[in-house]
Order: sequence, then structure tokens, then C-alpha cells
Amino acid sequence: MATSADQTGPEAASTATADVASGASGTPTVTLRLWRGDDTGGSFNDYTVDNLGGEVVLDVVHRVQAEQAPDLAVRWNCKAGKCGSCSAEVNGRPRLMCMTRMSTLDTTQPITVSPLRANPVIRDLVTDVSYNFAVARRIPAFHPGPRDADGTYRMAQVDADRVQEFRKCIECFLCQNVCHVVRDHEENKPHFAGPRFFARLAELEMHPLDTLDRRDLASRELGIGYCNITKCCTEVCPEGIHITDNAIIPMKERVVDARYDPIAWLGRKILRRPAPTPASSTASLSPAGKAHETISTQPRTPAGG
Amino acid sequence: MPEHESHVFDVVVIGAGGAGLRAAIEASAAGARTAIVCKSLLGKAHTVMAEGGVAAALGNVWPEDNWMVHFRDTMRGGKMLNNWRMAQLHAQEAPDRVLELEEWGAVFDRTPDGRILQRDFGGHRYARLAHVGDRTGLELLRTCQQRAVSLGIEVFMECKILHLLKDSSGAVSGAVGFWRESGKPVVFGAKSVVLASGGVGKTWKFTSNSWEGTGDGHALALWAGADMIDMECVQFHPTGMVWPPSARGILVTEGVRGDGGVLRNRDGERFMFNYIPEFYAKETADSIEEADQWYDNKKDFRRPPELLPRDEVARSINSEVKGGRGSPHGGVFLDIASRRTPEYIKRRLPSMYHQFKELADVDITKEPMEIGPTCHYIMGGIRVDADTAATTVPGLYAAGEVAGGMHGANRLGGNSLSDLLVFGRRAGQYAAEHALGMPGDVLVDSGQVQEVMQEALAPFGRETGENPYAVHHELQETMQSLVGIIRTESELLEAKDKLADLDERAAAVGVEGHRQFNPGWHLALDLQSMLAVAHCTTLSAIERKESRGGHTRDDYPASDPELGKVNMVTRLAGTTVTVTPEPLPVMPDELKTLFEEGH
Ligand code: SF4
Ligand code: SF4
Ligand code: FES
Repeated sequence: MATSADQTGPEAASTATADVASGASGTPTVTLRLWRGDDTGGSFNDYTVDNLGGEVVLDVVHRVQAEQAPDLAVRWNCKAGKCGSCSAEVNGRPRLMCMTRMSTLDTTQPITVSPLRANPVIRDLVTDVSYNFAVARRIPAFHPGPRDADGTYRMAQVDADRVQEFRKCIECFLCQNVCHVVRDHEENKPHFAGPRFFARLAELEMHPLDTLDRRDLASRELGIGYCNITKCCTEVCPEGIHITDNAIIPMKERVVDARYDPIAWLGRKILRRPAPTPASSTASLSPAGKAHETISTQPRTPAGG
Repeated sequence: MPEHESHVFDVVVIGAGGAGLRAAIEASAAGARTAIVCKSLLGKAHTVMAEGGVAAALGNVWPEDNWMVHFRDTMRGGKMLNNWRMAQLHAQEAPDRVLELEEWGAVFDRTPDGRILQRDFGGHRYARLAHVGDRTGLELLRTCQQRAVSLGIEVFMECKILHLLKDSSGAVSGAVGFWRESGKPVVFGAKSVVLASGGVGKTWKFTSNSWEGTGDGHALALWAGADMIDMECVQFHPTGMVWPPSARGILVTEGVRGDGGVLRNRDGERFMFNYIPEFYAKETADSIEEADQWYDNKKDFRRPPELLPRDEVARSINSEVKGGRGSPHGGVFLDIASRRTPEYIKRRLPSMYHQFKELADVDITKEPMEIGPTCHYIMGGIRVDADTAATTVPGLYAAGEVAGGMHGANRLGGNSLSDLLVFGRRAGQYAAEHALGMPGDVLVDSGQVQEVMQEALAPFGRETGENPYAVHHELQETMQSLVGIIRTESELLEAKDKLADLDERAAAVGVEGHRQFNPGWHLALDLQSMLAVAHCTTLSAIERKESRGGHTRDDYPASDPELGKVNMVTRLAGTTVTVTPEPLPVMPDELKTLFEEGH
């Protein structure tokens, strides 16, 4: 009984793999179905290479490049999920190619790799991401208040944590690619910043040291109102940033607040600032900030005071 | 009618990592018309890979810390081969550069009283690294990127520079490159050029560097007639991933060891206790009991040997592996799982947790990591004036990894991000000053431009030429096996011969397809830079007949005090690279006393 159960399990699957995908030499192979072309059009081409095990999609793309298609265009830098360069659609799902292990894919079938759909294609897997750089230029930079008397800025770890979640963003723009507001609607781009930049706006808005109000910009020019909270952006984010829950929804609430109560906003921004506390056992490297949860309700100490 | 797309600026910065961005910010703020040119998209530079932190004697965690202690640590870590003035400026200015980042929006981890938290790192006497979890490089890069964008600095992305232009007086007058996207040439006229192009790791097989680390800036400077120093001093980071093969070389932050991780061999032994050098014996714990108490009480106990400087740790791992005590895939084990709680590990080392989970399917809170040395950083580089970052060619400046001198023979972790900021700023400041002090316009000689482009396009005419990937592969094999972590005369000479052969092969490569975003063609061009670096490193390595920091000679295992007083200078004579030992700048007496009193 146990034997027959085994045969329909993983072993059966691996036999199938060997049948469908193995080269003359007996080394298992895999077929990548890569989109090749440029802004005038293109098509999917199949490339069959050895499936070496322990690899990610980007490795296999690189092997195709080194062995069969030296002119295959693909962006990458870090190969460690830290730079956000290698975004593409793997079997139709937007992914970082360097963080998609081959072992998670069904290699008995060709694996499709295509460029991000929401962007104009430049060549092969390389797309035009200039929209994102243009949006970035429209957001006024961080603008802090004055330093404390001793020349430092003080901030509690809990407040830092909130902002740091958004600053983890590697600008892979996968979230920008899946958002339905622009995915198939090029015409919305001029008035819609997209989830990556809503996260940036939220980051600045929640930064305890920042003094600018960008809520009007968020609603009037950057189109946060178009977002209907489908959460597709959050699902695709390789950094696990809770774009919808932690950035967009709070931003939407604050935008509404701005319409009715500018004072409440000002109060919230100022009150979040921790008051300086005397340095005690600063040599400790224990998780910082926990003791400061109450600080955020204390009034700000004016600079120089 | 201009034949090429051309742009004219006061200052052109080549490279958009931390040093390039910081230089451009300063030049622009000084009133110079400034542009940045980079091979990738903005915000993707290798700086994002720096994990541990920025070293700066802020004294937030240890009030005892100050620039003199940082200076001393840096010089000692560099085996006294550093340019003392660079090390001094670096230690003095790093705290201001960190505080400035905060003003531009960086959010560092905090101390309990709300100031910038600092962490321990190898070779630093006090907890000194301002950090953001283990993604400090990303924070620094993004902060400078956002600052540069807010200043309206022009950025030319995905553009590779092929050659620097010079005027009749021998001063730099601009640069020629091409758009990676279209393959079309672009010319920049500039009164000052800042090289901030980063490292050379792609010349070796196992490296933590991305495809961009091909030594372009080193080569551009060499070809323009600048001096290079100490190119033999290459740092192999002790902890790169060794498994799976696709992740080989990717870095595991030193922060793992700072936060309690230890190195073990196949038998589970904490072998670092067997490798404590005399030089560090006084400040290093010699028993497990003492080492383990240090994490909670740094005042009364000495540091664990796992936190010795990188060159020491890399060599020790190498010895364990060579002695047959390594892990299954040719490394050793880095174990934090048995020493800290899963919650602690995930909070302190989130991106390491993520990296191993995603790339190796290893849960570092449950299992040890397999690690081994990987080519990480080149301490040597373009010779610069310490105060102004000026190279030996008028109008040409260099900062960051591409510049030599700051780190001597070995770099301490955390000193790279601070180096970028301190000398990026100085390069920008003096490049702007030079440009703004020059009357008139820059003239670009289009004859030079034609020549450079013709040469660059030559591989397209050689349809039957060798595949550039094959030549690159061979170059990496050669450097890895013959000019790697442990070197010896016979192998270095063999490498020298092989490089001559590879020069010829690289000059005859052919590429397919067309000019639009063609990686094969780009590699053919990058190969020229990597070969230039390989020659400099190999020649300097032959000449330095001693072991010092990142340069280890099997046939000369000890340091030679006489060689400790010279830089190995490589430069171009005609078309060949020559090497000459030249005296180091001499440290003034008042700084020398810092090393005598046993500070
Ligand atoms: S939640 Fe909003 S921003 Fe995110 S994908 Fe959906 S509509 Fe777009
Ligand atoms: S928010 Fe996430 S998905 Fe969007 S760009 Fe940043 S890292 Fe990528
Ligand atoms: S290459 Fe950097 S994220 Fe994939």
C-alpha cells in the first residue's frame, strides 16, 4: 500500500520530469519561453538549457544569455533581492527573477518570462520605468524642523519603525506594475502616483521630524483617491511592506482629515515627537524603543529648550 | 551640426553609488552645473549591498569614543599602509556626514534616549556603526538619491563611459560613452570629472559584486595617465554564501557575528581561538567563557575572536578548509541559531533571514549558515590627494572604492559607507571649485570621440570572433586561482603570462546582434576595464614580497617593515603597465603618539 502511494507522489512527478525534460546527456533540462522583441513588437522564443538545481530564474536566464542568446536584454544588479532591478513576469506573475527559485516552478512545462506589462518595452525583458522617476521628482523632499540644543535629532524607535517599514522599499516597481489603475490604463499615469509613491508619501507624512504637509498633493495631483484598496500591490511586494494597510489607508484618512481639521494634523505631527530623555545605560544593545511607547503622547520640547 | 549627442557641464560625476551621489550633491550645492552618469538605473548601485552600517565616532553608545580612537583603529586595521591624512579626515568628518544624512531623511535605529544607535563591528574598538537593521547601504543610497533628485541634479542613467577626454594641456575635458539602451554615443564636456565608479569584483570568480563592478573608473583613470596605488590589496570578505551555487559569493553581514554568531568547523569547534594573532592578542578574548560574556558586558571583557579584522578571519577560514575541516560545500559554518532566539535574529538581521530563506531555503534561526571568503572590496585604487580627492591628472577627481589610500592594506567593516560620504563630499567640493575657477568653455575634440566609438564598435565587425563570456570566464578563473586570497611568486608569474594572452583574446572578441541593449557587447567593453585592473593587481602583487592585510603571500608569510613604508604605484608607460614602489606620506609625530601609548 505504502509503495503504491509513493508512486503517485513526488516520485511519479520526478519520473514525468525526466521523460519530458531531459537532454541527450541525461542531465535534466528546462525550457524558458522568453519574450524577445522591442517597442515595435516581438514574440516568445523557447530556449532549452540544463536544469542544474539550486538555481533561481535569473541564473537560468543568464545561462541562456551566455550560451545561446548573448544579446538577450535583461536588467539585474545584486542578485540578492536588494536592488529591485530584475523585475519581470514569471509564468504571468510579477516577480524578482533573482528571488524566484526554480524548485518552486513546474519545470516539466516551459517557463514563461516576459517583461513587466504596465511599462513600455525597450527590448526583451527590459522596460521603460521612467514614469516612476518622473513621479519621484514630483514629491517634495523631507523637510525637518530644527535640531535639539545639543545638535541631535531625537526619535523613538517605535516612530522610526513605522517609517522604516516604507524605507525598506527596493524600488522594484512590481507594485506599480500590478496596480489595475495603471496596468492597462496608460492614460491614468499623469494623475496617479501609484502604490510605491503612496508609501513614500506615507513615510514622509509619518516621519516624526518632517514639517511639510503633502496631503493636498496626494489627493489633488497624485490621485490617491483612485485607489480602491484591492491590495494587489501589498501581495506582490517582495519586501513585505503593508502598502495598503499601513500606507494607503492611513494616508486616505489623513487626506480626509485635512479637509476638515488642519489643526488635528498639525497636532498629530508635533505630538509624535519624543521628548529627550536622559541617557541611561546607553551601552545596551537590547531591542531599543520598547520603553518609549508612552513618549509619543508627550509634548514636543522646543528646540533650544 | 553636431554629429553626436553632447552635453556640457561644469562637473560630471561617473557613478551613482554613495560616493557619486554625495559628490554630485556637494558640487551642485556649490553652484556648479552638475550631472551624474551611471551604468544602471538610479538607486540600484552596489552601495545597496552594504549591510552593517556607517562607522562614525558619534559617541552615542560609548561616550569614550572619538575621532582619535577611530583613526587608530582604521590605521591598525589597514596595517599602517593607509594614507594617514585620509584616515584622519575620515575619522574627524564621519560624524557630521552621518548627522547630515539624518537631516536629509535617513532614519537610523535609535538608542533608548532617541539618538542614533551604534553597533559593534570587527576591528572597531567601540560600538560605532550607525545602522538601519542590516540594510544601511540602501538607506544611505536612497537618502542621497532623494536629496540629489530634490536638488534637480541631472542623471544620465544606463550610460557607460568608455574613455575620458583631455585637452591640449593634459587636463580632463570630458568623457565619451554610449547609451546602453540604444548603443548610441553620447559626449560630456566637463571642466571637472569625478570618478566614483566603485569596485572591481567581477574580475574574480567568487565575488559579492554585481555586474557593474568591472573596474571602469580604475581603467579610465589609468588610461588617462593617473597613478594607481596598492592594487594588490584586495579584500576577501570572510563570510560569503557558498551554497547553493547560484548564491555563491553573496555576502553575509559581519553583523551576524557582532550580534552573537560564531564560526565553527566540521567538528563544531569554534576554531577562531586558534588563530588570534599577536598583534590583536591584548584585546581579544582567549576563552569561550570570556568571549561569550563580552556581548553583554563590553567594558570588562575582551572581544570574541570572530570579530577580528576581515583579513584575519578570511585567512583562518581558508586554513580550516584547506586542512580538511570545512563544511560539505567548501566553507565553514556560521552559527547564530544555537545562540540567539528566533525573535532576536529576525529583528536584528531581517534581510539575512530573508536572504537565506529565499536563496538557500535555510532558516538561519534553526540551522547554521555555510559560508566562505568571497572577493569583496579593493583597498587599492586611484592615487588621490587626501584633502581634495584630486588625482594626478588635472581636473580628475576620485572618491569611494575607486580611490586608494584610505583603507591601507585592509578595510574595516563600516568604514566604506563613511568613506563614501566623507570623500564623496570632498571630491564634489573641490571638483566644483576647480570648474568654477576655470574661465571659458570646454572644447570637445570630436576626432577623439570618433576614434573611441570606432574602437568600441569593432566587436560587431568580428562575427567569427570569440564569445566575450568565454574570455570573461577565463579571466575570472585565472584571477581566482592564481591571484586569489593566498598568493605565491610562481603562480603570479603564470597569471601575468595568461593575462597577456587574454589581452589578445579580448581584443578579438566578436558580438552578435545589434547595438540596442546588448549585454554581450557591453561585456566585451567591460572586459577591457577588468583586464586593466587584473594587470595592475598582478604586477603589484608580484612586487610586494610580504604579507600585509588583504595581500597574503605564501612565499613571504611575514610583514616586511621596509615594504610597509611604500605604496606599490602602477601606471601606464606607453601601452604597458609598470609598477614602482614609492614612499608613503609620513605621519606627523603628534599622531604617531596615538599608537605608542597603548590607547
Ligand atoms: S490597493 Fe490601491 S494602489 Fe494597491 S494595487 Fe490596489 S488600487 Fe492599486
Ligand atoms: S513598495 Fe514593495 S513592490 Fe513597491 S516598489 Fe517598493 S519594494 Fe517594490
Ligand atoms: S538583481 Fe537585485 S533584486 Fe534581483
